[in-house]
Amino acid sequence: MKAFAQLFLALDETNKTNEKVKVLKDYFNSVPDTDKMHMLALFSGRQPKRQINATLVRNWAIGASHLPYWLFEESYQVVGDLAETMALLMPQTDNSSSKTLTEWIAEINALANKTEDEKKAWLLDSWAMLDSQERFVFNKLLTGSFRVGVSQSLVIKALSEISGLDAATLTHRIMGNWLPETYQYAELVQEQGAADDISRPYPFFLAYPIQETSEKQRSPEELRASLGDESEWQAEWKWDGIRAQLIKREGKIFIWSRGEDLATDKFPELHPFLNALPDGTVIDGEILSFQNGLPMPFNVLQTRIGRKNLNKKILEESPVAVIAYDCLEYNGEDIRTKTQAERRFTLEQLQAATPFPEIFRISALIPFDSWEELASIREQSRAMIAEGIMLKRKSAAYQVGRKRGDWWKWKIDPLSVDAVMIYAQKGHGRRADLYTDYTFAVWDGDKLVPFAKAYSGLTDQEINKVDYFVKRNTLEKFGPVRTVKPELVFEIGFEGINRSTRHKSGIALRFPRILRWRHDKPKEEADTLETLKALLGE
Amino acid sequence: MGKKPLLEFTDRGIYCDKGRFYIDPWKPVDDAVITHAHGDHAYPGNNHYLAHHFSKEVLLYRLGDIQLQTVAYGEKVVKNGVEISLHPAGHVIGSAQIRIAYQGEVWVVSGDYKVEDDGISAPFEPVPCHHFISECTFGMPVYKWKPQKEVFDDINKWWAGNLQNGAATVLVGYSLGKAQRILQNLDLSIGKVYTHGVIENTNEALRRNGIRLNPTERITPDTPKEDIRKGIVIAPPSSVGSPWMRRFQPYSFGYCSGWMAIRGAKKRRAADRGFVLSDHADWDGLISAIDATGCECVYLTHGYTATFTRYLNEAGYNAREVHTLYGDDEDPGMPESPEFAGEQNSETNASNVLSFGEDLGEAGGPAL
Repeated sequence: MKAFAQLFLALDETNKTNEKVKVLKDYFNSVPDTDKMHMLALFSGRQPKRQINATLVRNWAIGASHLPYWLFEESYQVVGDLAETMALLMPQTDNSSSKTLTEWIAEINALANKTEDEKKAWLLDSWAMLDSQERFVFNKLLTGSFRVGVSQSLVIKALSEISGLDAATLTHRIMGNWLPETYQYAELVQEQGAADDISRPYPFFLAYPIQETSEKQRSPEELRASLGDESEWQAEWKWDGIRAQLIKREGKIFIWSRGEDLATDKFPELHPFLNALPDGTVIDGEILSFQNGLPMPFNVLQTRIGRKNLNKKILEESPVAVIAYDCLEYNGEDIRTKTQAERRFTLEQLQAATPFPEIFRISALIPFDSWEELASIREQSRAMIAEGIMLKRKSAAYQVGRKRGDWWKWKIDPLSVDAVMIYAQKGHGRRADLYTDYTFAVWDGDKLVPFAKAYSGLTDQEINKVDYFVKRNTLEKFGPVRTVKPELVFEIGFEGINRSTRHKSGIALRFPRILRWRHDKPKEEADTLETLKALLGE
Repeated sequence: MGKKPLLEFTDRGIYCDKGRFYIDPWKPVDDAVITHAHGDHAYPGNNHYLAHHFSKEVLLYRLGDIQLQTVAYGEKVVKNGVEISLHPAGHVIGSAQIRIAYQGEVWVVSGDYKVEDDGISAPFEPVPCHHFISECTFGMPVYKWKPQKEVFDDINKWWAGNLQNGAATVLVGYSLGKAQRILQNLDLSIGKVYTHGVIENTNEALRRNGIRLNPTERITPDTPKEDIRKGIVIAPPSSVGSPWMRRFQPYSFGYCSGWMAIRGAKKRRAADRGFVLSDHADWDGLISAIDATGCECVYLTHGYTATFTRYLNEAGYNAREVHTLYGDDEDPGMPESPEFAGEQNSETNASNVLSFGEDLGEAGGPAL
């Protein structure tokens, strides 16, 4: 744990990519192989199962800190991270643990069969034998909120330099369903991949945005200048669902979402078509809700994500199908290095053969002769229930991760309204102790009705100024939430809008964020609920 | 009708009606007693100033030609029958707590203070009183400092490491207080100390005041980059990310502040290294200092006042929250981080009178 805590500290202590890679390599070179695999699991989002519920951990930490409950809560507001708050508030010790990461995780996993009293005794003992940096990392493990300030690609880079394997191969080998307890380091870095896990997906290829924000519009001329001739590109709609990889191997099927969650059971409607595919097939596509052959807005699909049990009603209200984009494996062969055009041909053949064409759909190619024509087609995206247009170079391979050059997304501009900030709350992580999370309202007659929360979109400097305003213009405090004097007006952008019975305003937005601060607008000139409802398009 | 208190909180600052003087006023007044020379405590525009001897040259440098009387710690000054004396606050060189006594009633205004002896400021001394007006910049239990020796061991180790890697070392801390504390505690066997103009101006003022500081060299456009790389640079917060700092590349930059105790605040600064080193008292320091005064009532001026006041009251003290314009997390006095405002970057352009907010130091809260 000492080495792992030190790794965390060292990563925090530099902002330079090269130094981070060096720190990671030093770590890999200094710990046993089992620790390497546990570290990889954690850094790629594979947390140990939470064995003690967060409230209990928190309450026992408050006990160990000898502070009143309210003061612990206020400290948490200041720190913005529960694991760190607990580590800071407990009495400091000079102890340090010699147990390895592997041993600690084994102890955590062994809690599964323990009583609450046993868990508490174990936890208090554990805290007492750790210094505060170790405690912080330990708390992170325990509460399953493990986010590190280093990207998986850096970890892969370090591993690649140590093992001599290329990054794409390693990225692929740590995809999917593996456990650090059983996946051996030697297996990971051997020259030839062993008989791989049949459920393992490929790393997703992600598109780069053509324009970072709606203020940076790209004209057809600019597209021509940077992308070249139209005939080298294929265009498709950019669908707004769940990006997924669908696998059929050795008679078994697997559905992976882009967050690398195995989601096979969440989409039973897709099983028949998958089972009908030939063995050794992997398809990349988008899962969407469909009704009468038409895609439905994302919020319909959202109602069934996160449900443990899919009842009949949900399956009827939000039936899903897949729109296939690409074929990555065919006849058991990895075809990612073939061209886009070749893979497309294979995909079309597969789709033509399916007995379930309503479920296994294919992403239609948009015919276009010029960038100007495509630009005007893009204007229809919202009517198509699409987010915009995807451009793929016909000669391109299927690559790993977000790469510039061959896949581009050209999203439509967000919808927007001008709204008044009415509540503010402190942020977390690097925004701790600053008011960065805001609730916005529009006018309904002479009342302001909250309709959206947004966390992002302002510069650090603007956040400082809003924070200053909030601290000076608080009307009321409700726990961590402050009601502020309605005065500041912001332009709020969003991707979609739908009716909602759960919200006071009667509407729910998709991806609301702050586009800009309207210093020029008094609050009286903010938009109305009526304006918003008109966007529902009903 | 109750008796009027000896000190009251007005919109100009803390006021003694009996003695007709203010303590650290933020609007111009006739007679001002100054706890220390930081910009949020020593404002320009007062007719008369009273401060400690060691604040003299810095105040003249910062505020220009002012009418200033200085005294030693413990020396008594009587104004309109009210007895005033200054006592060490341990915050920066020349910083003082102000003790005010009248007919047996004693008030103490802490200004800013820390309880650890930093080796350069006269160490904090608790002053028994009936009423104690205390800061609480770090009045949250998450703020607990390590002994400065441990911090400086880390700093010296980091410096030596940079030297090995061929990178310049830039250490950031505000120019009055932190800069000298750093200077006096560095291991000078490692290399030479170079200073930003703003810091060197303050050093020179202190040296004029008879303070013996370790040798430093002011960085000018002619200072060879290779020499600087072999030493360490002490720079003010305003120089972070400026062209002035970028010319030392490759460099590693460290930030010294109490706010560095929190990971998120440290990340916002995007410093290569954050060293938890503060000139304010930490949680335990505040409580021990308040306790040692034996006061009947403690008034909390700036910092996490609401939280700290509630805690003290629950712990059996008689505590009150007071609103002032001193650097305050909840009320930093200006929308920009004070640490980044005010100070001039250009070493050739350092004016004799610095603008407001220079060197609010840590008082401004964990700004971005």
